Amino acid sequence: MQRFWDDPVSWEAAGRYALVALALLAVVIVFVTYAIYFERKVIGWMQFRQGPNRTGPLGLLQTVADVAKLLVKEDTIPAKADKALFVLAPALAFIPSFTVLAVIPYGLNLPFADLNVGFLYYVALSGVTTIAIVIAGWASNNKYALLGGMRSAAQMISYEVPLVLSVVGVAMLTESLNLRDIVLRQEGYFWHWNVFPQIIGFAVFVVAAVSELNRTPFDLPEAESELVAGYHVEYSGFRFAFFMLAEYVYIYAIACLTTILFLGGWNAPFPQLDFIPGLVWFAFKFALIVFSLFWIRATLPRLRVDQLMGLAWKALLPLALANILLTALGIEWLG
Amino acid sequence: MEHYANQYVMVTVFLLVGIAFPVVVLWVGKRLRPRSPTPEKEIAYESGNDPQGDGQIRFNVRYYLYALMFVVFDVETVFLYPWAVAYKKLGLFALAEMMIFIGMLLIGLIYAWRKKVLQWNSI
Repeated sequence: MQRFWDDPVSWEAAGRYALVALALLAVVIVFVTYAIYFERKVIGWMQFRQGPNRTGPLGLLQTVADVAKLLVKEDTIPAKADKALFVLAPALAFIPSFTVLAVIPYGLNLPFADLNVGFLYYVALSGVTTIAIVIAGWASNNKYALLGGMRSAAQMISYEVPLVLSVVGVAMLTESLNLRDIVLRQEGYFWHWNVFPQIIGFAVFVVAAVSELNRTPFDLPEAESELVAGYHVEYSGFRFAFFMLAEYVYIYAIACLTTILFLGGWNAPFPQLDFIPGLVWFAFKFALIVFSLFWIRATLPRLRVDQLMGLAWKALLPLALANILLTALGIEWLG
Repeated sequence: MEHYANQYVMVTVFLLVGIAFPVVVLWVGKRLRPRSPTPEKEIAYESGNDPQGDGQIRFNVRYYLYALMFVVFDVETVFLYPWAVAYKKLGLFALAEMMIFIGMLLIGLIYAWRKKVLQWNSI
């Protein structure tokens, strides 16, 4: 069957991809807007509060109002800051977060970049955001920002190791790093999905991913009570918004990746449910993961910084390595 | 193979859109927002006090050690991925080889652990 990835290279195809990219940008912006609203609502309900309910019906326009406010806020750059780097950092944090979305396959009929190194592409680009955070902390010329930036960088690189290693098991089972192939190898129902043979990998991946996203219980880089706001303390207006945006776009990316790597992508869990289109299943699993992230935030308190680093190196890294060994032995014995 | 080039086109398009978005939004924002800087606004924020000394202070050397550990294990993953993708074709011998490789790095991890590199004792 002729698929979009077999199209010859042409300006027409490039134009079509540009439209796809713009459409996806719109989807992501809407997602971020309502993910923030949803997060505040969910956490509000879990704490017996209402959450935002004044701006627009049911508070639906709350985030829109917040964004509009950020857009017309004065943009202050500290006199001692390194201007060029200070301006560069928020954009540099956002650009990779959007560019990684190119490889996410939502279904076989929607266009995406069908890279053979799909997962490595994600890992490589998401690392650039760490650099942006260090730059932001350094360029602000502020002690809190510097410490927050260094903490954040240390945390993100520490958790990147178990995050990447936990997916090695998936690569062994599916013999591919191409995200489309990984989903096609999980073709079938929930007992075919990687989450069961890779249950250790899945657990390590989820914990490391929550930490990579700098979310509670691992949100030390922006611990309000200790470091004021961490690396973005000097940022105001829309530059600050870009750090926020990057964070939520990564939530989107990680939720998509978890769905693809472990939860069977667009496959239905039961044969009886095959009539529901794959895209709906993808969206459902995606929403479940996003909700779980907010749930975790409402439930768990923040870790201490020494516990945080210990968890990455002393618990998650050995677990991820053990998972590789177990997967290898499993393939040898069970075929 | 020729078709594969399309994937690079797509990635490039995403990269360009990703660059264009902040540029456009910040440019629009510049038209909308007020600008009245005062010396007070441009002081580094230090919980309302006047900043003491330089902002770019010395920080804990531990961050550097973590960076070193990261480089070691990230390079390990670069070797692990091709191995993992080809594993089903390579069989037990490749497993033994990879276990020796991981084992050597594990010795390094245990050494760092025993030397209390992974022990965090200040900010």
